[in-house]
Amino acid sequence: MANLAHEIKAIYVISYRELKKFIRERSRIMGTMARPILWLFVVGGGMSRLVRPVGGVSYTQFIFPGMIGMTILFASIFSAISIVWDREFGFLKEILVAPISRFSVVVGKAMAGTSISMLQVLILLIFVPVLGIKLNVLQFLLLFVSSGMLAFSLTCFGILVASRMTSYEGFNIIMNFLVMPMFFLSGAMYPVKLMPPVLREITYANPLTYGVDGLKNILLAGASGTPMGPEYPALVDFAVVAGFLAVTAVLSNLSFRRAA
Amino acid sequence: MSNITVNSLVRKFGAVTAVDGISFSVEPGEVFGFLGPNGAGKSTTISILCTLLAPTSGEASVGGFDCVRDADAVRRSIGIIFQDPTLDNGLTAFENLLFHAYLYGLDRRTARKRIDDALSLVGLSGRKNELVRKFSGGMKRRLEIARGILNYPKVLFMDEPTIGLDPQTRNMIWEFIRELKKNTGITVFMTTHYLEEAEFCDRIAIIDTGRIIASGTPAELKAGLQGDTLKLSAIDPNGLMMEIREKFGMEPKITDGGITLTVKQGDEILPALIKGLSTKITAVSMTSPTLNDVFLSLTGKNIREEGSDPYGPVRSYVRHGGH
Repeated sequence: MANLAHEIKAIYVISYRELKKFIRERSRIMGTMARPILWLFVVGGGMSRLVRPVGGVSYTQFIFPGMIGMTILFASIFSAISIVWDREFGFLKEILVAPISRFSVVVGKAMAGTSISMLQVLILLIFVPVLGIKLNVLQFLLLFVSSGMLAFSLTCFGILVASRMTSYEGFNIIMNFLVMPMFFLSGAMYPVKLMPPVLREITYANPLTYGVDGLKNILLAGASGTPMGPEYPALVDFAVVAGFLAVTAVLSNLSFRRAA
Repeated sequence: MSNITVNSLVRKFGAVTAVDGISFSVEPGEVFGFLGPNGAGKSTTISILCTLLAPTSGEASVGGFDCVRDADAVRRSIGIIFQDPTLDNGLTAFENLLFHAYLYGLDRRTARKRIDDALSLVGLSGRKNELVRKFSGGMKRRLEIARGILNYPKVLFMDEPTIGLDPQTRNMIWEFIRELKKNTGITVFMTTHYLEEAEFCDRIAIIDTGRIIASGTPAELKAGLQGDTLKLSAIDPNGLMMEIREKFGMEPKITDGGITLTVKQGDEILPALIKGLSTKITAVSMTSPTLNDVFLSLTGKNIREEGSDPYGPVRSYVRHGGH
């Protein structure tokens, strides 16, 4: 890395490009925001009639941290998959022949996924008052940092997957066999404690579980000790997500370098 | 010192040898062409020179830098126009160029100035803020050329720069390359399987199945063939043949309604013939050898002009539909 300023500029422009395209395509923003809103108000609203509030937390409130987790998961993986698009449309070559390190390309892509995710999380936070959840400045900052960490690690995870994909056909496989199970088995929709044993074991192995649990620690602290509340101490959640981030950051770089 | 030096370069893909021990060098300011059919190893060579692909063995250097050991320095000194489009359709022309400028470490002000200059050079100033998605194939190519020269490269690589373009755009791009060469002294390395295009090059190497089978200026290569073909029509072909045999000591062949002659310098002999002959000639024609004739005589086959990439149309359809 002979010229740090140059590499930083490259990281900036690589993430700027993705963000610009995301904001430009209004339908994409609407589409991505529709999913959590549907879950929250249609599924959450319906289920709230069946499930009594526990520890002062309604079902809709209970799934809100999970919806933030889901939004981050989808946005991050989608953004990372853009590498496959870039390869398909030739644009990746333009990036690969430029005098910048592969490391900067990965960081740029990871920053792109993180900022797109965070943008959506911020939009989602508009619903906090509607849901009757209280959020003070400290909670907001903690939420911002944990979401950011989760987004960065999941984008790196996505880059790791995307650099192994040779065509866009693999996308459905990734969606159905990786992203959807990761979402459903993360404690986003139902308390992990109440899951059948086998599924519970898988859920414990899912890094997203700890990301969502960390958000529950911030947003649903009052329900601690009940099935609706967080399951682990906040520090455990933080440690697992930080570990996941470190591993995916390293592996995404190795994987991209090998594929490129 | 040469701007491109390639020594016994080999690249294998499994059992297939795409580039089979080629050596050549390109001098500063030269337009050097790689002429050959598809699958001859042209794009593989370009990929190695652009540091996108490592050679199996042999050496390659660009701008004085080794393509493997000093890849970053090579990248900084080159511009590339790939065979397939590599623009982001979701960005405007300006944004595509700005992206490139930043990747090459230009500062904001320099970038803006060069982008304006480059866009006006390729005649796209008016389309600066339009999405590339709306551009025609020719416009996209021009934009890619503008992008390729943005970092003031020492060497410009062009892989089939005019493939799939209409003749008008093709001419425009050639005119542009000539201007660029005159004004900046840039070295151009291009691949092509269009013979007319190869004629524009200062020097060409003919490549087939991974090997260079001939190289030189287009004129030199053609001079290696027997020469021009003269065709003279006459009412009395036999008389004409006899007269040429007597007066010029040449052996014409009788063909339908006339004679044909193969000579080294047709443009000099033809006027002398017409002047010296008393037999009435009704029509005259002369054909010079083309690079296809050169290729044909060296390999025994034609360079295919069309149907080069069977998946090209499909790919471009997917591109337009999907993005």
